[in-house]
Formats: sequence, structure tokens, C-alpha cells
Amino acid sequence: MSALRPGQEATLRKGWWRAHKWLLLRRVSQFGILALFLLGPWAGLWIVKGNLASSLTLDVLPLTDPYVLLQSFLTGHAVAGTALAGAAIVTVFYLIVGGRVYCSWVCPVNLVTDLAAWLRRRLNIKGSARMSRQTRYWVLGLTFVLAFLTGTIAWEVVNPVSMLHRGLIFGMGFAWAIVLAVFLFDLFVLRHGWCGHVCPVGAFYSLLAMPSVVRVSAAAREKCDDCMDCFAVCPEQQVIRPALKGADQGIGPVILSPNCTNCGRCIDVCALDVFRFSTRFSNATTPHIRVAQNKEVSP
Amino acid sequence: MARTPSSKLSRRRFLVDTARTASGVLLFGLGVGLYARRSESLPATAIRPPGAGPERDFLGACIRCGLCVRDCPYDTLRLARPEEPVATGTPFFEARKIPCEMCEDIPCVKACPTGALDKDLTNIDDARMGLAVLIDQENCLNFLGLRCDVCYRVCPLIDKAITLEARHNVRSGKHAIFIPVVHSEACTGCGKCEHACVLDQAAIKVLPDKLAKGELGRHYRVGWKEKQRAGKSLVTPDVEHQYNLPEGVEYDYEGEGLKMKQHDTPFADNPLDTLNRKGGKP
Amino acid sequence: MKMNRRDFIKTNAIAATAAAAGVTVPGVSSAISKEEIKIRWDKAPCRFCGTGCSVLVGTKDGRVVATQGDPDAPVNRGLNCIKGYFLSKIMYGKDRLTQPLLRMTNGKYDKNGEFTPITWDQAFDIMAEKWKETLKKKGPTAVGMFGSGQWTVWEGYAASKLYKAGFRSNNIDPNARHCMASAVGAFIRGFGADEPMGCYDDLEHADVFVLWGSNMAEMHPILWSRLSDTRLTKPGSEVHVLSTFRNRCFDLADNGMVFKPQTDLAILNFIANYIIQNKAYNKDFIGKHVNFTRTVTDIGYGLRPEHPLEKKAKNPGKGKLTKISFEEYAKSVEPYTLEYTAELSGVPKEQLLKLARVYADPKKKVASYWTMGFNQHTRGVWVNGLLYNVHLLMGKISEPGNSPFSLTGQPSACGTAREVGTFAHRLPADLVVKKKAHRDFAEKIWKLPEGTIPAKPGYHAVLQNRMLKDGKLNAYWVMCNNNMQAAANLNEETYPGYRNPENFIVVSDPYPTVTAQAADLILPTAMWTEKEGAYGNAERRTQFWRQQVKAPGEAKSDLWQIMEFSKRFKVEDVWPEELIAKKPEYRGKTLYEILFRNGQVDKYPKQKVTDSRGNVYDNDEMEHFGFYVQKGLFEEYRLFGTQGPKKGHDLGEFDQYHKVRGLRWPVVNGKETLWRYREGYDPFVKPGEGVKFYGKPDGRANIIFAPYEPPAESPDAEYDLWLSTGRVLEHWHSGSMTRRVPELYRAFPDAVVFMHPDDARARGLRRGMMARVISRRGEIEVQVETRGRNRPPRGLVFVPWFDAGRLVNKVTLDATDPLSKETDYKKCAVKVVKA
Repeated sequence: MSALRPGQEATLRKGWWRAHKWLLLRRVSQFGILALFLLGPWAGLWIVKGNLASSLTLDVLPLTDPYVLLQSFLTGHAVAGTALAGAAIVTVFYLIVGGRVYCSWVCPVNLVTDLAAWLRRRLNIKGSARMSRQTRYWVLGLTFVLAFLTGTIAWEVVNPVSMLHRGLIFGMGFAWAIVLAVFLFDLFVLRHGWCGHVCPVGAFYSLLAMPSVVRVSAAAREKCDDCMDCFAVCPEQQVIRPALKGADQGIGPVILSPNCTNCGRCIDVCALDVFRFSTRFSNATTPHIRVAQNKEVSP
Repeated sequence: MARTPSSKLSRRRFLVDTARTASGVLLFGLGVGLYARRSESLPATAIRPPGAGPERDFLGACIRCGLCVRDCPYDTLRLARPEEPVATGTPFFEARKIPCEMCEDIPCVKACPTGALDKDLTNIDDARMGLAVLIDQENCLNFLGLRCDVCYRVCPLIDKAITLEARHNVRSGKHAIFIPVVHSEACTGCGKCEHACVLDQAAIKVLPDKLAKGELGRHYRVGWKEKQRAGKSLVTPDVEHQYNLPEGVEYDYEGEGLKMKQHDTPFADNPLDTLNRKGGKP
Repeated sequence: MKMNRRDFIKTNAIAATAAAAGVTVPGVSSAISKEEIKIRWDKAPCRFCGTGCSVLVGTKDGRVVATQGDPDAPVNRGLNCIKGYFLSKIMYGKDRLTQPLLRMTNGKYDKNGEFTPITWDQAFDIMAEKWKETLKKKGPTAVGMFGSGQWTVWEGYAASKLYKAGFRSNNIDPNARHCMASAVGAFIRGFGADEPMGCYDDLEHADVFVLWGSNMAEMHPILWSRLSDTRLTKPGSEVHVLSTFRNRCFDLADNGMVFKPQTDLAILNFIANYIIQNKAYNKDFIGKHVNFTRTVTDIGYGLRPEHPLEKKAKNPGKGKLTKISFEEYAKSVEPYTLEYTAELSGVPKEQLLKLARVYADPKKKVASYWTMGFNQHTRGVWVNGLLYNVHLLMGKISEPGNSPFSLTGQPSACGTAREVGTFAHRLPADLVVKKKAHRDFAEKIWKLPEGTIPAKPGYHAVLQNRMLKDGKLNAYWVMCNNNMQAAANLNEETYPGYRNPENFIVVSDPYPTVTAQAADLILPTAMWTEKEGAYGNAERRTQFWRQQVKAPGEAKSDLWQIMEFSKRFKVEDVWPEELIAKKPEYRGKTLYEILFRNGQVDKYPKQKVTDSRGNVYDNDEMEHFGFYVQKGLFEEYRLFGTQGPKKGHDLGEFDQYHKVRGLRWPVVNGKETLWRYREGYDPFVKPGEGVKFYGKPDGRANIIFAPYEPPAESPDAEYDLWLSTGRVLEHWHSGSMTRRVPELYRAFPDAVVFMHPDDARARGLRRGMMARVISRRGEIEVQVETRGRNRPPRGLVFVPWFDAGRLVNKVTLDATDPLSKETDYKKCAVKVVKA
């Protein structure tokens, strides 16, 4: 890691705007989506109704969270209504842009956990509990089992993700306490704890990201000067190494890990413009080397 | 085949880690599961929107999107907050605060994307959100003989879901007491009555059906209802009865029983009866 | 048993525990009731409708803290309707007016200024200035007053005296014009004396009840429970209900009839025809007690004279009666056959027959009740009379159970407006200004020079609004009513009149009503038990109450306001010299001195007001003026009944009324009268006379033939629906009191338009949607209601008028009965469209 804070060198070299471009765009997206939902209750301008679980845009476009719908399905409820269409649209969308785009570009909890991560860096909090990144898949499985066993969408009773979004739009109540818990967990207990280890929503969307088209590519990986800024800011840093450093093993420069959230922060902070958005099909930058499916490497 | 100690160690570590994660997640799941089960017990004052099925089914079907809340024109519905004793994020209303206005087009049901609110509900009169029960007969003003009957008059299904049954007020001797009676076959549980009840604490409340209703033992049938349903006696009616009766007296088997002939005057129709009366008394 | 606070809490705790366990602990109950004992209970009539239920008012620390139905009251026996249940809250609305407010700009009166608090002195200064200026410029016909059937007896009396004797203006009319004038007209034409012959006991004695345009189930809730009880407990009893839409009474009806508006005229003539055709009439009775007459027809609709309908009418406003024979009468009703009537009214033949038969059956005692359906009718006097015709033909009148009975809507429509005669043409005790003998008598009682009271009737309610608009009535005092909301055709008549720059409008009210909003000067008023009062209910029962609490802030009673205002006028300001010359001793005196310090009104000195239990009560007017004002006014007023030219109007002595739960007049030798005109019951009918309608010189009542005539405005292609307006149980009249009770507001928050679901659907409307109700005169926006308490037939909508936020009188037509001058609020043409 450079002596400067992550991204500082990029700011110096590329200018502040370019060093924060994707971050800003992401915030615009996150707040924009929230604003669309809030325009109704606050300004009486009903462009989007509902919340992230299911919404209706301009009274025609249904969008439904496939994860919650799947749980509902597992409770034994025969879904009847626009939710199926809504879920299909959402699924197709994320299959294209990358499932965990949901996490970094849409989910309001991201704002909370990003803040926690930023504070952690600024306050230089080092200690962290140990937890497998695979835990989220266990939790994901658990939510399905619970739905099946209890006959209710049990996870929704405690889900901080829907609680925060719903809270913002329909009234917070004590949801803030749960959000605070997530924040404190990330800040003091486990680095990137919630989004990177536990959240089954992210886990679900990561599955959608398996075949997704839009990907970040370390296209100019040969320029990498090992400043480690990208690792410092990446919420799923295990996804970078194979693409960035795998040239020797014949691994392509595209980050194909489904847990890459396409947040683009690595693009921002890289002073040397190693990263850029690309597609999974442009992975063969070194055609003489066999393209291998890259694997996640635990940090 | 001998394994290297390191691979043995990492395998062991892998197993322990997995067990640790699994048990952690399992414990977490147990907590969530139990909590979820507990939140199935909807408090008696919380009423689900029209078309919601039994609570457990509803909690499986509702994805907490709030679209029903958005389309409710009267702000009746709202989503439960985490601290409330209603499953978080699910729609409900409290009749005493804002009752259901029973919209003809049922926008909340239309809005539901998952069918948690049953799309087959097209006539709001068929909704069964709960059942109004006149709980406090001691303080209900109408039971006291006052002319309140506000619950009756606000009822959108007046004379069907709530009727007034008049009784003689023995205390005043001159007035009728109008007892509001709720009929479960028509009450939708909209809660207008509970909302409008003028008492400091409502005497009439909408309760979930399971709390509001008794259930007759399966070993017994209500005879007159069965007869009504069948449209005739279940057992062949009796042949006509014959009775030993003095003259001028009839007996009505089905109706009022012994029937004395009404006299307009103290005299018999036949003058001879009067003239030939025994003892010659006038 | 002496208790300190700690003991008290302890006993309370014990009591609570015991109550929870279902045990009574000896001694505890008496300790609790000790706390209750601090509440002083005294009786008062309910503030709302004309039923006249009695309540006990509980006062503690200068505040009414509770009420209870008076278990000893004969009318209600401890019961109340839901409005009565909330009586203790009506005086404590958050927005009580507590100081006079004048429209001002830069410290000076300005018609378009902002309401600014002023003192009572300033208020009377500007009022007196405006009154004097007007009197000087245009004379007495340019000053006026709109009063109330909610005034106490003495308030109405004092106001009437101030206007008719003091200002020499007959331009004083009560809001009872809007509700009882037609009933009055028919009583006078038929019997020569106002008010019902029967009483509420008819409710137990009748076999058959017929409701004509009276939604008694909602409007007279306690009487309805009496009627229902009889229906429930008396074998063979029946209830017939006639209305232009299904209302709550239909629930109990054995024969519920929805008729086309205005065809009640035909139905009543049909019944008369049926009785005659079947020779069922009481020959003996009509031979001895009845005259047959017919009234002039084609009399117009009481609209402005330039209105095409008035120009078209042959005999606008005429009410002359011509004597006819029985045969001529029979001939007149002959066209009203079953077929014709059924066709015209839309009521099925068998139902009409069922109704006619109960009237024609000599063995059945029939009590007929009506309220605004009859009275608010462009042929209101006629239709009232047509019902008397039926009762008179059968002799079913003036005896227990046989009773045509006009119910009243205001607590003292009878007691104040009618008996005191606060109408533009009346004087107390059925006297009228037109008759010299009556004026002479009033002037004698009032110790006035001959000719003080003008002979020409003043402007009636509707005319007052028209004259305000036309600039002919300029100084105007609105007291104890909410006429901006209550009068028909608000947009075209009422509002322009109030805001006419030539006019100065004073409104006295406890609350900022829409009328107050349109005023130039608002006077804050003491209400109900904040003053000593008396009301007279529909069965001639006069009920008194004592002042229980003080009015808030500077609010003063209407009586105080009237009398204080009279101090501002010297007789020279208001009377011409030739009149003063007849009573030179009045020279230089104020109207207050002439009217209220005349040796009669001020006869009873200041005294302590106490009850039999030794409680002492305030009397702010007595305190202020230095004599027992109420007693003096009542005792002077009583002379009209006991000594006046119209007999049978005797009231009891003032003090007696404070001891009883009302007395039904005539009260002779302390005895009440239950049924009038019948020997044995009525002290004015001599032994051997049997029945005597002594209001008429020949002792005979009039059967008055009147035909069916169409209403002023009927639905057409564009305005395709009838509009009827009225009340709901939860709110009383304009809702100025009941809408300030949160529970009542919640029970029926805002006005809705009740309409048939098919009519709604045909207009693209659904229940709950907002709709515009539009007439040729104005429109309002209300929510559509296709369910609920009122079920109009297709072609008719009903909108209640209690809602100040949705003023249905912007829509209504100011067509009035040309005889009674009462507005028809039940019929005009509207269209309803999506908002």
C-alpha cells in the first residue's frame, strides 16, 4: 500500500473527479433510486411505488426481488400476479449487468457498510473477527430452509436490507437499531462483515452474477505498480488477485468472480488506470495463453 | 496412503471451520425461525387487508413491498415496523385509528403483486378481515337504552352486518332498547363501527375470526336452520292431527296452539245459543 | 367520614383491587361517592332538538364536568341520544369566542378589514352608531334582526320587544321560519291557535303511527324509541312511513312508502277521497266541529317577484279561504283516485290502500307525525292542512292516541319562536301585528303609547336576505343561529347581502361559524347553562334551568346583549315626536328604561338563586342589571297568555317551573293540559261541549281543500336529479356545536352525497369518490355514498347540511311556501358529476 491513503495518488494523477467517478455515479444511483421511491410519499409524484421487494414504475413496469419471491414460493404459496413478471425482468437485468450490481448500486445498506469501511480505514481499526466468506451461502440456504419449514418468509422478519429500504420509504421505527447493529458489526467486529460475509441477499445476487456480461477488467494489468490501493478499497478483495496477478497462470484480466459487485471503485483509485469496465467476452487479451476460469483466492 | 501433516491439519481446520460456520448459522437460524413463528401470532387489534388468507399463509405470500399501502386511498393500511407486534413489513390496519372504507374497486388487492391478497376477491362485501363483536354490553350506550347506534349507522352493510333489535326497556317502561347485533355472514370486519364508537374505549371491536367466533360441536345441528336449508322438514311431516276440543275452539299444530274464537260482542252468532243457554240466565 | 389525600388514594386502591376481584368493600363506595358529591347536579333541558329531553348537569369548580339523562324526566326517563350524551362538551370547544371582534383597518371599522378584538363598549358604540344612522336615513324598516328557536324564552321576548316596541320595526324573524312556519300557518288556518293539540303520551296510546316526511329514527331519537316500544309491545300496532327516500324509519315500518317529491299533496287528498267514498267519515264530528273550505290555488313559489314562476302564477302569495259544502269538498278530492295517485306518487296501490284503511278505520287510533318533509315544502301550509283534513274527517283528533302531531327541530321553536311570537308578523300568545286589537293589547301590557307597534308585518327570514342584498335592510343583527349556512341559495342571496357594503352585520355566537365569518362585528355569546333559561318543546312543555357556570372570557348572554344595547338609545332617537307626545313621561328616557325598567320587568329584586338542596347559583344578568331579569320578563310575558285576547295560552308562575321538570301549557291553576280542545282534558272546553276548537270564533276547525301543484323546480334533462337536504343523528343543525365534539365528528365527519348505486354508476362514480353536486345556483364537492343509512331511489340524492366545509345551501333553491315563507330545502334540481 502506498504511503498515501488509498486513491490519493489517483487523485493527484487523474484529478479528483476521475478518481471518484464511479463512486459518485454509484451514489447518484443509490440516492436516485431512493429518491424515485420517496418522490411519491414526499412530493406526491408517484413515479415508483412500493419498495425493493416489489415495485411498480409509472403504473406499468413491475419489478420484483427474485430472492424474496423464491422464498415465498418455498413457503408453498402459489405466486399469482405481476410478481412473476417483475422477478423475471429483474433476473434478466442482473444476469446482464452482474448480480451484485444490486449490492453496490442499489442496496441502501451499502451506504452504511461503505461508511463503516471508510471509517475503519480512517480510524485505522485493524482487529477483525474471522469468518468465512462462504458463510453467506450458508445463510442463504438457511433462509430457504426457514421459508420451507415455517411456511412464512421468516428471513424478512429480520432482514436489515429490506428493513432499511422500507424504513426509509414507509417509516423507520426501530429499523434504525438493526441498521446501527450492521454498522457497528462492520466497524468493530468484522471488516466488510455484513455485505462480504453474512448477507444472503448479496449471496443470492452473486449467484445471478455467475454468467453476467458486464465485468471489471484489469485490462492494463501489466501497468500495475502494486500500490495495493485497489485491494484496500475493494469490499470483496479476494476477487481481484486472479485477474490482476494471474497473467502468469494464464488467467484472463476480467474479474469473473460472481462476488465482484461492479462497484468500480478499483477503477477510481488506480492511478495507473489498470482497471476498466468491460465484458466477460473480452477476457482473452493474451491469446497465446490459455484462458482459465479464475478462482477466488482468500486474502 | 499417508498424508502430510500439513494437509491433515488443513483438512482438520477446514472441517472445524465448516462446523463452526454451520453451527453459528444454525443457531442464528433457530433464533430467526422462532422469532418468525412468534410474529405469526397477530395481535387482536391488527387487521389484515381484504383478501388476506390465514395469517401463516399470508406471511408466506406477502413480500412486504407495500404496494397495497400505496394504493389505499384512505391511508388505512400501513406496514408494520420492527418494534411492533406484527410481522415486520407486513401491511395491516387498526380499526380504531383508521378503518377500511371498503372501496368498491378494492385497490389494495389489485395492487398486490404476489396474490397474498386474493385476486379472486372482487366484491368487497365478500371480504372477511375480521368480525365485529360488541364486547362490552355493560357500557354500550344502546344496551343502556340511549339512542347512540352510531356503529349501526356507519356500517357500510347496515341492516345486514349490523341490525338493531328492539327490546322493551323495562326500567323506563316507555322506550325501546335497540340492541346492535352483528351478523357474521355479512360483517367484513372493516372496523368502521369500532372506529366510530363514541365511548372512550370502543365497546364494539373487530377481532380476528378465530377469536370472535364460537364453534358449534360437530355432534349437534341447529334444527330450524337445517330445516330452512333443506326447505322442508328433514323428516316427513306429521299427518294432520285430530283433537278433542270443545266447540268454538281450534288447535293449530304448527302455529299458536289452542285458538279461542274471538267474539266481537258478548253474543253468540246463533240467537238460539243465547236463548237456549242452560239455566236461562241472560 | 373525613379523609385525607393519602387515605383517599388508599381507599381508591382498595376499591380498584376489590372491583377487580368482584368484591364490594364496605365503606369504600361511600368514600368514592364523596368525591362524586363535590359535583353539583341540577336539571336542564337538552340543548339540541325539540324533543325536550331533560338532563342533569354536573358542575364542579365552575365547569360542567358531566351530564346524565334525568331519570325522573317524563320525556326521556334518563335516556339520551348520542348528542345528549356529549352535552357536557359542547361549551368547551377550543375556539370559543371570548371577546367582541370588529372588522378593522388601522384601528377603524372597515367592512373589508380584519377581525380585531375590541371592548363591549366599543362594540355597542359602533352598533348604535350604525343603527341610529340607518334609522335616521331610512327609518325602522331598514333595521332588522334574525333570531332563533334556540333563544331562551326571555331572550326571544326581550328581542321582540326591543324591535317591535323599541325600534318600531317588525323586521325580526327567527330561524324557526326555516323549520316551523308552515306548521304554524296550518295550525292558525285550521284551528286558530298554534301548536299541537296532543302530547308525547300519544306515542303510547296510538295503534297506528304514520310518519309524513319525518325521519324520526334519526331526528327525534328518544321519541323514536318510545314509538318503537309501542310498536313492539302493543299487539296490532303498525308503523307507516312516507318519505322521498328510504331512511332509518323504514327499518321498523310495516308499510314503508317512497313517493315522488311533492306528491304527498295528492296522497293526502286520496286518503280523504277514500274515506269519503267508503263513507267512513265521522258524520257527527264533522257536523259539529268542522267547516269545509278551499284555498286559493296557483299561488307561486315565494321567489323574487321578477322570477318567471312568480310572474306566471295567478295568485302569488294568496291564502284566502272560501267556505264550501261537504259535497263540494267531496267533489274536490274525487279526482284523487287510487289509480291517479299511485301513478303520480309512484307508491304501489296496495300500499296506498293499506295506509288509507288505517285512517278510515274508526277503531284504530292514529298518530301522524311530521317534521321538515311537510314544513320545508313550497306547499307546506297546504300539506299540513291536508293531513288535518284526514284527521278531522274521522274525528281522530284531540284525544289520546288520535293525534296529528307536528314535531319541532329546535329546542324552543315552540317555547320561544312561536309562543313568544318572535316572527315578523306575530306578537306573544298567538297575537299578530296586523290586528289592531292585538297591537293595542300588547301596547297596553308593555305600557306603550298607542300606535307604537307597526301594523305591517316585517321582513321574514328569506325576505331579510333579499332585502340585505338589495340594500333595503342595512343594520342587521344575527343572534343564536347560523343563517349563512342554513339559508337556501347562499351564493345568490345570503352572502351578497351580508357583504353588501351598505350593510352592517352583527353576529352573536359562541363559535366562529360561517355566519360569523361573514359578519362585520362578532359578539361572543354565553350558551346553554352559562345563563338562566327556559325552553318550550314540541308538546307544549316549558322547561327551566338555572345558570350553572360562568361564560368564558367576556362572553355574555343574548339577553344581556339585547338589554345592554337598548341602553344606547334615547326614545328621541327612535320614536317620532307625535308618538312621544302621547307619553311625555318617556321623554329623555332610554329604551332600556322604557322597555325593561317599566315597573313590571324590574319588579323582582335581586335575590339569591338556590335550589331545594341549598345550592346557590349564579345569575349574571341579575347581578349586572340589579333585578331578577328573567323572572320579570317571564311574568310580564305571562300576562299575554293569562289576559290576552286569545284564550288557552296560560303559563304557570315563574317559580313553579324551577321546581318541576316542565309543564305543558295551558297551565291553569297549576294544572297541565295534555290534550287540547277536548272536554275533561282542556280547561277551556266547557262541560257538555265535547270538543271545541276555541281558537276559531265559531269553535269549528277548518278542513281546507288544496290540490296537488307541482314543485318550483323539478329535474330536467340537464339537472336530472332531485336534491333533498336534511340532518343526521350525530349532528345537530349546522354542526356548530356537535362538530366541536371530537367523538361526534369522528362518528360522521363530513357531509356526503347519498345516492342510488345505479345513479352513481351511470355517472362514472363509485362509493368514496369525490363528486360535484351542481345546481343552477352553485355547487359543492362531496364524497359519494351509495351505502349506509339513507337509500335514495334512482333520481334523488340527499346531502346533509351540517357541514360548514361543504355548504349544500350554495346549491339549494330559495323557493318558499308563499303562505308560510318557509323554504323548501327538500326539492331542487341538480346534477352530479365526477369531481
